[in-house]
Amino acid sequence: MSEKMKLGKFWIWGAASLIFRLVLIYFPNNLNLASRPEVSTPITSLRRLAEGYWLKQASLSPYAGSMYHGSPLLLSVLGPLTVKRIEGQPNDILCSLVFVIADVVNAMLIRVIGQNLQTSYNLRLKSLGLDSVSKCSAILPSQDIAALIYLWNPFTIVACVGLSTSPIENMAVILSLYGACTCRVPLAAFGWVMATHLSLYPMILIIPVVLLLGYGPETPPRKLFMRRKDGKVEDSPLSHQSCQEGQAMEQQDLANIFSWRLVVKFLVWSLIWSGYVLVLCGLSVKHYGGLHEMFKRTYGFILTVPDLSPNIGVLWYFFAEVFDFFRNFFLIVFHMNILFMIFPLAIRLNHRPCFLAFVYIAISSMLKSYPSVGDSALYLGLLGLFVNELADMQFSFFLFCVYVGVSLLSSVMHNLWIWRGTGNANFYFATAMAYACLQIILVVESVSAMLNHDRKLTKLSIAKHQDSKS
Amino acid sequence: MAAFHIRQIFFLYLIFFCRFFYGDAAFGSVVIEEEEFSEELLLRPLPDRKVLAHFHFESRAPPTGSNGRHHHLFPKAISQLGRWNYESWGGFDPIPSNNAKPPGVELWAVFDVPQDQVDASWKNLTHSLSGLFCASINFLESSTTYSAPQWGFRSASGSLRYGTLPREAVCTENLTPWLKLLPCRGKDGIAALMDRPSIYKGFYHSQRLHLTSTRFDSDDVDSGVVLEQTLTLGLVAELDNLQKENEMLVADFIGYEGLRSSHGFQLSVKPDRILEEVNGSHRNKPSILYVFSVEKYSDSEPFDLGLTWKLPVVWSCQQAPLHASRFLMGSGNERGAIAISFKSTRLSEELLHSDLTEEKCNLQVKIFQVVPWYIKVYYHTLQVFVDEQPQEVSDVVEKIHVSTSEDKVAPGLMEMILKFPCGTKSAVVTLEFDKGFLHIDEYPPNANQGFDIPSAVISYPDFQASIQFLEDKSLETLPILAKLQEKSSVLSYTEVLLVPLTTPDFSMPYNVITITCTVFALYFGSLLNVLRRRVAEEERFLKSKDAKKGSPVSQFLSKLSAKLTGRPLETPQPPSTSTSFISSKLILKVVLVAGIAVVWKFYLE
Repeated sequence: MSEKMKLGKFWIWGAASLIFRLVLIYFPNNLNLASRPEVSTPITSLRRLAEGYWLKQASLSPYAGSMYHGSPLLLSVLGPLTVKRIEGQPNDILCSLVFVIADVVNAMLIRVIGQNLQTSYNLRLKSLGLDSVSKCSAILPSQDIAALIYLWNPFTIVACVGLSTSPIENMAVILSLYGACTCRVPLAAFGWVMATHLSLYPMILIIPVVLLLGYGPETPPRKLFMRRKDGKVEDSPLSHQSCQEGQAMEQQDLANIFSWRLVVKFLVWSLIWSGYVLVLCGLSVKHYGGLHEMFKRTYGFILTVPDLSPNIGVLWYFFAEVFDFFRNFFLIVFHMNILFMIFPLAIRLNHRPCFLAFVYIAISSMLKSYPSVGDSALYLGLLGLFVNELADMQFSFFLFCVYVGVSLLSSVMHNLWIWRGTGNANFYFATAMAYACLQIILVVESVSAMLNHDRKLTKLSIAKHQDSKS
Repeated sequence: MAAFHIRQIFFLYLIFFCRFFYGDAAFGSVVIEEEEFSEELLLRPLPDRKVLAHFHFESRAPPTGSNGRHHHLFPKAISQLGRWNYESWGGFDPIPSNNAKPPGVELWAVFDVPQDQVDASWKNLTHSLSGLFCASINFLESSTTYSAPQWGFRSASGSLRYGTLPREAVCTENLTPWLKLLPCRGKDGIAALMDRPSIYKGFYHSQRLHLTSTRFDSDDVDSGVVLEQTLTLGLVAELDNLQKENEMLVADFIGYEGLRSSHGFQLSVKPDRILEEVNGSHRNKPSILYVFSVEKYSDSEPFDLGLTWKLPVVWSCQQAPLHASRFLMGSGNERGAIAISFKSTRLSEELLHSDLTEEKCNLQVKIFQVVPWYIKVYYHTLQVFVDEQPQEVSDVVEKIHVSTSEDKVAPGLMEMILKFPCGTKSAVVTLEFDKGFLHIDEYPPNANQGFDIPSAVISYPDFQASIQFLEDKSLETLPILAKLQEKSSVLSYTEVLLVPLTTPDFSMPYNVITITCTVFALYFGSLLNVLRRRVAEEERFLKSKDAKKGSPVSQFLSKLSAKLTGRPLETPQPPSTSTSFISSKLILKVVLVAGIAVVWKFYLE
């Protein structure tokens, strides 16, 4: 298949997904997705945002009433859209349109990230003389697959049509990765600050972003370059892929040099952006308790899990059942579980910052206090970027089947429990458990497959090295 | 029977009263202060052949510096059972407006203390009332149960607190302490009529205690301490054979003297006073009040009142301008909507006819509603339908005040003034809500029964619920008459709503904790395992295994020892060195721990 045909196919499918979304947002009441616990959590629900906006218009604090727990900036952007009605159109069509646009932008950014990763990765493989590995191309290039997975993933569609703000949160995360991949440092800093501001958990993405800026995008294990350097094999200086332009440097050196300049620039920009965001927030909540109240109602709400309404995570039922005496202990334990894994992963995967970002996002969307399918949509989209590397992943068919099964069963169990009253909370919790296990297997297997892929590269490189020596 | 039916809209009140004065000699009998106790019983027939009995007791103490002896007269508590049936028992008169109360317990108090002490005083009050009346009023102590209305309930901003317990059952154990506050308890006077079985057999009963003190109430200069106790009952009248008798009595009807012949009944005792309503809304059919004083009767000559009907009559009750009822919409345990519907009654239709000449005529309705925190109301979903047409909220809602609920801290409070055009036949106000999910400890023992939303209070500021009687000013005014003539706006309570909430499985805490922790352990362990695995060493191990195919038991042992020492298994070492290594390390560790223990024991304690 020629490149052009592939490209054409991609655009056709992309446009089809856009049309599909537009058709769906035209019939929102028939689907009633906005009330699904899988779609709208207390943090991402647009209905709560509308309530916050109403309270603010009534000169009350938007955080009064334990309803709204999002950012005041999002409130000022999306709030006016929730009250605007167009005659003859569904109520929230303007917000839905914003979410559709956010989704399309997300997919395009993922595609650009993918392109960037692919070209730099191929160049680096070539410099190692391992370009034969990347030859095994699929029907479409990985970046197109990732973008299409993102666009056509039922989770993304549901989150987009179901009036949850997760497309916007995802956009902030993707913007930061995009900025880091293409060395647009202010953009990366902006994305990271916004993502942290909106949903707190992307804060841990600072490690992959710093690695991306410091070392550049994905490479094979760094040891291989060292080995080649030691071996002093013939080498033609390649056009480097790092952001520092105009620095003539050998490819193998480049892979190991950490560019402090960019990282410091990123940190400075992050400070500037966070100051800016804080000032804006401070201005908008000035009369309602100030920033302290905002942090209490947003981050405090995320960290202390006071809302026990069911969602696809496991914490709601746990904290509905656990004895009050142990509540604080388990809150700390569960949040520590996310933090404890950051450094081991960063050490093992420091040469693959984008993959590291994917793993972080997957872990946090599995263990976060109010997960929704929108978070899963993001990491599944990013997973598409690594189709070539993860080709040998185990249980992929099993995982796919369980994804389908859990998403069907979860809605059935929810219906039985909440609407019909014939089921019981345990059944719904069981599907949430299965979903958590599924995500655990996905993370563990993808990390394992990626490490195996690196081992394969190492082996090939050593073999090649020895061949060239002998 | 129909032939004899003369449809007469008819109001009748019978009052029995008795009054005591008991002087109280103060020190040296210089000042003689008079305390006053009066008791009245008001009987009124209700349209559906029930009888309203309204006991009214009032104790007055003069304003003194030391009200010490009135410590047994405590602030007001209002306790009820059943629900006033506004539709058939009327809702306009002072009786239903002031005395009909929602099911359960309603407590409100206006405090004359600095703002920051109001909540503390409320807590003290709930506890003392709870002890006094054997009721669970102390549950109102928690901040999730009471609220501070600004203008929706009564105009006393800031210092007013309002709380209800819709599920509290009021029973004889609450009546006894209430009667204890009367001078003769239930032994003498009108209170002797309070036969417990017939009270609790009734359709409705409402006990009310209202304490006012000049110390609290600065407007009322000279009232001292006034304790007002009322008991309002909806009794079952033995009127079943009335119809038959009526038919026979019609013949005697014409020759009746003494009372206005059109009333169609005969009283066996001549009343002391007859009062007729003036300025009533039923212009041609004024209410008539017969007052009997029972003081002049004694045991030898008991007061025995008989009422003989001469005509079949149809009783009517004056209705409130709109009949309000509240219900829940939606199904399932996730979300729902509260709807308050208003239906026009005869009064508002009359109003419409009378005010047709005026250009703009509006009917004001005040809604006051308290919602517990687990009912998460979305105030932006407020919708108003007038005559089944959706209206712009800002057109209908004149004033709104919302104080939002806070999870596990405070209930939500909504005060709203609506303005309907006079021709309104029906109106509906809806609000959507999400049902909350609680921690297992927060559910009551019978969790599947559901949770109550307390009654909303609907009042009509344009309408005064008072009956003005044409009476001789020279005669002393009875307290109950004063109460009837007191101007207050027409007020009614809506139904209590029962909201079922989903429950978790109450027997599961251990299972949930263990299963969840297992999943977390699975995540942590397997991911860490993947990260720390070193394939090169494994391959070396495999090679060595291939080279030296030992027995499975020895392999297992070597694996085990490798795990124990935490070192990667390389070439199998001679077991002796390995064990000696372990033991030396072990001994070192033991010595270290013992050393720390010794140091701890001797130096740090």
